Amino acid sequence: MQLVIFYIFAAVLLFAATMVITSKNPVHAAMFLVLAFFNAAAVWLLAQAEFLGIALVLVYVGAVMVLFLFVVMMLDINLAPLREGFTRYLPIGGAVALVMILEMVLVVSARQLPAAAAVGTLPENNTKALGSVLYTTYLYPFELAACLLLVAIIAAILLTHRRRGGTRHQDPAKQVRVRKADRLRIVKVPAEPRVDSSAAGAQQTETK
Amino acid sequence: MIQLQDYLVLGALLFALGVAGIFINRKNAIVLLMSIELILLAVNINFIGFSYFLQDLAGQVFVFFILTVAAAESAIGLAILVVLFRNRGTINVGDLDSMKG
Repeated sequence: MQLVIFYIFAAVLLFAATMVITSKNPVHAAMFLVLAFFNAAAVWLLAQAEFLGIALVLVYVGAVMVLFLFVVMMLDINLAPLREGFTRYLPIGGAVALVMILEMVLVVSARQLPAAAAVGTLPENNTKALGSVLYTTYLYPFELAACLLLVAIIAAILLTHRRRGGTRHQDPAKQVRVRKADRLRIVKVPAEPRVDSSAAGAQQTETK
Repeated sequence: MIQLQDYLVLGALLFALGVAGIFINRKNAIVLLMSIELILLAVNINFIGFSYFLQDLAGQVFVFFILTVAAAESAIGLAILVVLFRNRGTINVGDLDSMKG
């Protein structure tokens, strides 16, 4: 039963991957890539990698593919020149792929792979086990991955950021360099001679 | 019962499809990025398969890191693509020959 489910998901995954690389419209390609990621997540769930299956759907379908679709739709691309050479490179691409498939299948099916040589048993609670390993044994690589993501954020923002004319923004260097004399001017104003309030009131009534 | 070979053959087929995608879509930078995603997915399927059949959690940890790197890679790749389109008005890889001697 599991094998049938595995084959169904694998077949849809391979179909979606084929459509990704052959579809004319990049939007369709992106949507088929979403389908491929969904089926890959299902295949991972069959292999008891629950956390990664969910993470694949959340991170890839939810974030990366939305980014892809956003870029595809934002850029006004003329599709015709991008398609030229498709039939020209199809034979060599197919030949390379075929040779690679043949070689890898030969290697994989040459001898019984050590399926019985299990080093332990996967814990029941996949997410908990993954977290406890990630924060102890793999803590240093984990922090490196976090740094990598930070660098990626900064790089992506810096690459696409653009200064438009006419926008108002602060110059922190100027703000730090400012002195009291630039901002504050003390003016000596000579005091006015005191006016009697009753006399002023009388004058106002006279003018009226 | 699912064999380890099933996972490995699935990974091999997906990897070959990704490589073929790089060959036949060599003008369109966006589909090139998608093909790279397919290749990374194939690698991840191999890792998950080995992790399951060797009952070792290390494979899943590696998949976690590969996912991180792949997400960063596609974000920066798409940012470069946007800048490229802004400056050149095209994402045709064939037109990017300004460094040609």
